[in-house]
Amino acid sequence: MTIAVIVFPGTNCEHDIIHALGLAGAESEHVWHRDTDLSGAHGIVLPGGFAHGDYLRTGAIARFSPIMEEVARLADAGVPTLGICNGFQILCEAGLLPGALVANRDLKFICRPTHLRVESTDSVLTRAAEIGQVLRIPLNSYEGNYVADDIDNVENAGDVILRYSDAAGHVDSTTNPNGSTNSIAGITNAGRNVAGLMPHPERASEKILGSDDGMALIEGFVASTGLVDA
Amino acid sequence: MTSREVADHMPDHEALGMTDDEYRDVIRILGREPLAAELAMYSVMWSEHCSYKSSRMHLGRFKSDQTWVVVGPGENAGVVDLGDGWLVALRIESHNHPSFVEPYQGAATGVGGILRDIFTMGARPIAVWDPLRFGPLDEPHNRYLFEGVVSGIAGYGNAVGVPTLGGEVEFADRFSKNPLVNVMALGILKRDQLVLSAATGEGNFAILLGNATGRDGIGGASILASASFEEGDKEKRPSVQVGDPFEEKKLIEACLELYDRDLVVAIQDLGAAGISCATSEVAGGGGMGMVVDLDKVHLREKDMTPGEILMSESQERMLAVVTPQNEAEVLAVAEKWEIEASTIGVITSGPDLVIYSKGELVGEVPAASLADDAPRYDRLAERPDYLDAVWAREPRVPDDLNAGDVLRALLDDPAIGDRSWIYGQYDHMLFLNTVIEPGHDGSLLRIKGTDKAIAVSTDGDSLRTYLDPRRGSARIVFESALNVAVTGASPYALVDNLNFGDPEEPGVMWQFTESVDGLAWACEELDVPVVGGNVSFYNQTDGVDIYPSPVVGMLGFCEPMPECPPRLDRAEEHMSIWLVGQDTQGDFAASAYDRIINDNLGGRPAEADGATARRVIAAAATLAHRIPVLHDISNGGLGVALAEIAIRSGIGMRIEDVTGPDLFDETPLRFVAIAHGEALETDVPHHKIGTVTGNTLNFGRAGSISVTEAEGIWRNALPRRMEH
Amino acid sequence: MTRTFTVSITRKPGLSDPEGTTTRKALIDLGFTDVSHVSFGRTIVVTIDAPDEDEARAQIEAMCVKLLANPVMESYVVEASS
Repeated sequence: MTIAVIVFPGTNCEHDIIHALGLAGAESEHVWHRDTDLSGAHGIVLPGGFAHGDYLRTGAIARFSPIMEEVARLADAGVPTLGICNGFQILCEAGLLPGALVANRDLKFICRPTHLRVESTDSVLTRAAEIGQVLRIPLNSYEGNYVADDIDNVENAGDVILRYSDAAGHVDSTTNPNGSTNSIAGITNAGRNVAGLMPHPERASEKILGSDDGMALIEGFVASTGLVDA
Repeated sequence: MTSREVADHMPDHEALGMTDDEYRDVIRILGREPLAAELAMYSVMWSEHCSYKSSRMHLGRFKSDQTWVVVGPGENAGVVDLGDGWLVALRIESHNHPSFVEPYQGAATGVGGILRDIFTMGARPIAVWDPLRFGPLDEPHNRYLFEGVVSGIAGYGNAVGVPTLGGEVEFADRFSKNPLVNVMALGILKRDQLVLSAATGEGNFAILLGNATGRDGIGGASILASASFEEGDKEKRPSVQVGDPFEEKKLIEACLELYDRDLVVAIQDLGAAGISCATSEVAGGGGMGMVVDLDKVHLREKDMTPGEILMSESQERMLAVVTPQNEAEVLAVAEKWEIEASTIGVITSGPDLVIYSKGELVGEVPAASLADDAPRYDRLAERPDYLDAVWAREPRVPDDLNAGDVLRALLDDPAIGDRSWIYGQYDHMLFLNTVIEPGHDGSLLRIKGTDKAIAVSTDGDSLRTYLDPRRGSARIVFESALNVAVTGASPYALVDNLNFGDPEEPGVMWQFTESVDGLAWACEELDVPVVGGNVSFYNQTDGVDIYPSPVVGMLGFCEPMPECPPRLDRAEEHMSIWLVGQDTQGDFAASAYDRIINDNLGGRPAEADGATARRVIAAAATLAHRIPVLHDISNGGLGVALAEIAIRSGIGMRIEDVTGPDLFDETPLRFVAIAHGEALETDVPHHKIGTVTGNTLNFGRAGSISVTEAEGIWRNALPRRMEH
Repeated sequence: MTRTFTVSITRKPGLSDPEGTTTRKALIDLGFTDVSHVSFGRTIVVTIDAPDEDEARAQIEAMCVKLLANPVMESYVVEASS
């Protein structure tokens, strides 16, 4: 196995992420949520969508899917693991990343390009980027507003890897699209091998789509799996 | 038992919306009085919504015999050929009445329904567009409807995982009590994946897939869409249909896997009239019959009567015909995708649809009769009196108007201002196909792995159509074609949604038949096949008919796709600005200027010429491969078109020798081209009107406005009305 | 005086409740196999100044019809909170 792309009923970005991973030179394959074996996976991606319809609470039902025990086991063992949008929500709900995602400040779904400032390169997602680099990557979510009950811990531990900014990298309330605490767009775990972000790097994977800035993140993630030379 | 109770227990045909003559036809077909369940089936299948009984005789005027048409009107969706084995399925539908009753669920189930029409054909749905019409936003109830409909489209479309690429919107008083919610969807497939709905093979099984059947919209959507509304009717409505995008998503994936593995002989989605419609169409369409056991249908509620099960409009259901050998495998696929499935029927040599419930025969009707023997009406059409009065109310446009002031008013109009308040709530990027996103004239989608691209524009123009249904309708087709052309695509196929008032009024019927003529003529002029359509009559509330509102969805096709397709945000300092196309001819009837500045609706719209349309549209499609900015001129004329480019590009313009009135004239078949250089290579009439420069829209003696101010007004037009 | 009411809004019986159905299936997957029905609703707490309870209740009822519930698809129950 190469990179495992986990598919829950209701997931919808599973083809797009395979396309983008392919542009970065990595092979990847879909793994159904009822499967229980990820042995041999060099990396794991939980893509975006609406797993289980987002019913009850986003990610709440998905975290109990059979495959999630195996995802947790590999993540604990250090396998690079990435959650995008709904995948990020599931990783938070499963306790693999700190915090949670709640409804956007304006209670409206947001689909538009955002600017992200790289805060840390100490993660499987941002390792190929530069601190302060600004990436133009689309956001596409209703529950993208990041909260954590102990936000200071998250900040002090250096877990924040991406913040919403303007094109110049300036961060303030006017550059915050959804009300996320401290404009947080992406975080990593203590082991730095699990990362989650609300914007969709795979949607910024080719210039013809408006931006290829997402490839800086995708390529970094692929490099961390060891499948392609960094 | 009192006589009143008897009447309640035995619904007569009139209560089901059936006339005495139609009831006599049923008796003639069956040779006896119908059973309750049979009467229920005929009443729904012969409703206006399902049978097109008032419109069918007119729809033959649409042509679809072009060589690239694979499936024309009549199936669930039209299908056209893009070459190399690639096909596109497209369809348009309305969900007007349900959206007035419950805007969120009405719009949501509209999206769900049209997607099923697309994946029924074997195609993966890849995009949705929503043309919308509401009453003015200064009325709170109109805001409630508008907000609910947009949320419903976003809520369902985003969650089901099909991007919504936009649409269009109009606001006018006649839509206050009858909003129009149309939805177009498009899917893509390889030729060997095409599936049709006609059953074959005696002994094959009919398997019902998806949601459990409940009392959703019993006698609802179809009856609802087949009669006018009166105030107070809301409380009498049957159950609202509730959409479940999660179930639909699983159903899409399950069906696509069934097609992939070649496990179905035929398939049909369940929409209006539910199981009645699906079983009769599948059986009748193939010249076969079917025996159905209603006890096998998985139900959400106990104690449903056979009539209720047959007519239920529960969402997210499909009926697949499979061979007995494949039954187990089909059920296994359903189980994998976590959807329910029940084998409910067996295909017979026909011709009857035979229905059992609890061991008893509850219906036995010729399957094809439900569709084929439906009544056809040649309704009286008479030119309405209002026309002479409105034509006499000619628009007045002063020579010395101040273009800056006019733009301040026009850019603040909610149908002209920035519509990202709407499409910013839609996922319009999923699948990585979107090259030109909402907010431009047409959407452009690449087809990955090929050099092919498709463009789509949806267009309607109810006020102009009101002033002249024939000319207005023809112009809609040309405008839609120009919208796809400026992305680099040529018009390739069209679907139409004909939203009209009460067809039993001769004036409305005249609007309808004139509109059909206008659309059909324009499509023939462009050699564009009409591959599908929908008619929505009875858009009348409290005796007020809506403005006649034909809406078209134009598919454009190009190969190769422009390497760098034109966008509104690519104007740069020193570029030249050209006005291209037909000469400006003083056309202000139904213009934004007359509507907003004069508060008038009058005059007669100009006629568009077919030969000019062909030349201008072809020129735009050619220029799109080398010109950075092309923009169709429509609502608000040249002035608004230039302002939109200036705002999106963040740069000003100096315009010379264009008079104030000419800036807001809405003569059709014109567009703006912006590029570096002094010459524009095209054989259609064009002249340079200015230069991109500075930070002001400067119209010389006609006035000016700063780009910053114009942008502020334009961006706030919708938010300031919706967020207070 | 100030009075507080709890408005419980539920989907009308017979209407489809996808969220309830999906959650029920998940509960069964987790071993709660005896769950026969799950339905979703909303609770809204409204505090109002009114001279007496009847007047207050009448106003809350009016709010339910006009805004808080959608009578086309939802039922509601108003209860005074102590």
